Amino acid sequence: MMGFISYLVNGISLGSVYAIIALGYTMVYGIAKMLNFAHGDVIMIGGFVVFTAVSGMGLPPVIGVLISVVVCTILGMVIERIAYKPLRGASKLAVLITAIGVSYFLQNVALLIYGSNTKSFTSVVSIEPLSLADGAIIISGETIVTILACIVIMIALTSFIKYSKSGRAMLAVSEDSGAAQLMGVNVNATIALTFAIGSALAAIAGVLLCSSYPALTPYTGAMPGIKAFVAAVFGGIGSIPGAFIGGILLGVIEILGKAYISSQLADAIVFAVLIIVLLVKPTGLLGKQIQEKV
Amino acid sequence: MKKKALSLLLACAMTFSLAACGNSGGDTQAPAESTEADSDAEAGGDAETPAAGDGSVFKIGGIGPTTGGASAYGIAVQRGMEIAVEEINAAGGIGGVQIELNFQDDEHDPEKSVNAYNTLKDWGMQVLVGSVTSNPCIAVAEQSYNDNMFQLTPSGTAVKCVQYDNAFRMCFSDPNQGLESAKYIGENGLATKVAVIYDSSDPYSVGIYEAFRAEAANQNIEIVSDAAFTADNKTDFSTAVQGAKNAGAELLYMPFYYTEASLVLAECSKQSYAPLFFGVDGMDGILSVENFDASLAEDLMYMAPFVANSDDEMVKSFVGKYQEKYGEIPNQFAADAYDCVYVVKAAMEEAGVTADMDASAICDAMKTAMTAITFDGITGKGISWEASGEPNKAPLIVQIKGGEGVAL
Repeated sequence: MMGFISYLVNGISLGSVYAIIALGYTMVYGIAKMLNFAHGDVIMIGGFVVFTAVSGMGLPPVIGVLISVVVCTILGMVIERIAYKPLRGASKLAVLITAIGVSYFLQNVALLIYGSNTKSFTSVVSIEPLSLADGAIIISGETIVTILACIVIMIALTSFIKYSKSGRAMLAVSEDSGAAQLMGVNVNATIALTFAIGSALAAIAGVLLCSSYPALTPYTGAMPGIKAFVAAVFGGIGSIPGAFIGGILLGVIEILGKAYISSQLADAIVFAVLIIVLLVKPTGLLGKQIQEKV
Repeated sequence: MKKKALSLLLACAMTFSLAACGNSGGDTQAPAESTEADSDAEAGGDAETPAAGDGSVFKIGGIGPTTGGASAYGIAVQRGMEIAVEEINAAGGIGGVQIELNFQDDEHDPEKSVNAYNTLKDWGMQVLVGSVTSNPCIAVAEQSYNDNMFQLTPSGTAVKCVQYDNAFRMCFSDPNQGLESAKYIGENGLATKVAVIYDSSDPYSVGIYEAFRAEAANQNIEIVSDAAFTADNKTDFSTAVQGAKNAGAELLYMPFYYTEASLVLAECSKQSYAPLFFGVDGMDGILSVENFDASLAEDLMYMAPFVANSDDEMVKSFVGKYQEKYGEIPNQFAADAYDCVYVVKAAMEEAGVTADMDASAICDAMKTAMTAITFDGITGKGISWEASGEPNKAPLIVQIKGGEGVAL
C-alpha cells in the first residue's frame, strides 16, 4: 500500500512537470491555432539561461528565473515575428513544418553555444522535502512548487483571458480572426502577445523541469515537449484546465504502468490510453465540441 | 514580377552551387575538415581523381557524431585522432608518408553514418577509423565489408560491429564488459543482492546486461530488481530507483551512459538510498558533467580502459597535449581514438603497405598484420588482436574518490 502511494506521488510529480509544459502548448494552440513544436526548445533555452545566470554568474535563483522569463519572452516574440508571422496566410502544414525547423534551429544554436556536454542543473527550489509516514513517502520541494505554480498559472491565465481587454481580444481572435480584425482587434499584436505569454510560461516550465530532472543538454526540452503535447491533447487541446489534468494523468499512468505492468512498456501504455480516450472523446477530456461551419 | 526575378536568382544560385559540387569532387572540403597538420601534404592531394589513393598521402577517414545527443563522444574521438595524426606527421609520417585525416559527422544515426562513409570513399579514404557509436558502426561495417575497406572502431562495442573479417575494435565488447563486471563484483564480494537499471532501446546496454545476468548466476549474485528505460523515456527514474530500494539491493548496476547516470544518482540521493554504484565504460565522463555535485558519485565504480591521471608517460603526454589544445581532460573515447591511429600506423608498417595501394589491397595486407602486432598504447599495454576483431587487454576498474577517478 505504501508502495502504491509512493508511486502515485512520483506520478504526480512527473505529471506536474508535463502539466506546466502543456499549459504553454495549449495556450498558444488555443489562441493562435498552431502547434508550436519549438515550445520544448524554448524551455531548454530557459533552462540554459538560468544555468548561466545562477551557476555561471552566481546570481540568486530568483533573479535568474526573472532573467530567463525576460529572455524567453523576447525569444518567443522574435520567433513569432520572423518565422510564423510571414506564414499567417499559409497552410497549416507549412506553419507546422516551420515550427519543427525552429525547434531544430534552437537545439543547434544551444549546441553551438553550450556544447554537447551534459550540465548539471542546481535546483532553484530550496524547500525541504515533505516526509510522510516515517519517510516511506517523500514529496520533494520541486513537486510542491511545480504543482503550486501550475495552479497559480492556471487561475491567472483563465482570469486574464476572461476579464482583461487583451484576453478577450485573444478569445475573439481564436473564435474567428477575420471577424475580430473587422471589429478592430489588432490580430498580429494579439498573437504576438500570446507567444510572449506562452514563452514566459516556457521559461518557468524550463526552470522547474530542470530542477526536478537536473541533466541539462540541448536536447533536454525535446522529449518532455512531445509528452506535454500529448498531455495537452489528452486533456483537450486549447483547454487550460484540460492541460493540467491531462499532464497529471499522463504522469500517473506512466509511473504506475512502469511500476506494475512493465518498465519497458510504459510509453506504449501511455499512448494506448491516449488512443482510447481520443476514440471515445475525440476532443480530449475537457475539449470543446467545435461545430464545423458549412 | 518581383517573384519571377527572385526565382530566377534562386535558380541561378542553385545551378552555381551544383556546378561547384561537381568541380570539387570532395577534395575542396578536405582541407577545411581535416587537421592543420596536413596542409603541407595538401599540394599533392588536390585535383586528382579520388577513389584510389594518389600515392602522396595516406588518407584516413573518421566517422562519428560531432553534433546531436552523442556528440560528446564523436568530438572526443575527432580530437584524439587529430592529436595522433599531428604527432605522427610531425615525426615523419608512416614510412615517410604523411597522413591526411577527414572526419565526418553522422549524428549517431546509422543512415547518416553510411552517407558519411560514402562521402569519405569519394574523397579517397584508404582506412576507416569509426564509427564511434555501435548502431551506426554496424551499418557502416556492412558497407566496408562489401568494399573490403579496413575498419577499426575506437568505441563500437556491440558484437556485430566487428562481425566481418575486415573490422577490428579498440575497446571491449559489450558481453565482455558485462562478464568482467559480474566477475569483479562476485570475486571481490561487493554484493550478493544486485539491482539493474538498463536502457532497453540501446543494444549497448542490453548486450552488457544480458552477459552480466548470465555470469551473475555463476558468481552467486542475485538480481533482485531490474528496470528498463528507453531513449524516449529517460528523464524520470523514480520508479526504477524505488524498485531497487524496496527490493533491498546492496549494489546498483548501471550499464548505460553518464548523462542518465547523473539523473539516477540524483534520484537516489533524493530518495536517500545509498547502495554501491557500479557502472561500465559509458560512465566515463560523469565528472565532466558541468556543475555536477561530485559527492553524489563518491565511491562509484566503473570499468574503463583509460584513466587520465595515470602516471604513465604516454598518458601524461597525451593528456597534456589534449588539455593545451582543447582545454579539457580527455575521456576514454579520445584515448581510444588516439590509440586507433597508432594501431593503424603499426599495422600498416607491419603489413608494409604503400600509399599508392588501393583500399582493398591495403585491407587484405592489414587484416593479417593486425593479428601479428602487439601494441602498447594509452588504453592498455601488450594489446593483441584476434582474427575475430576482438582485442585482448586487461580491464581496469576506476573508483571515484574525492571527486576524482582513481584506478583500483
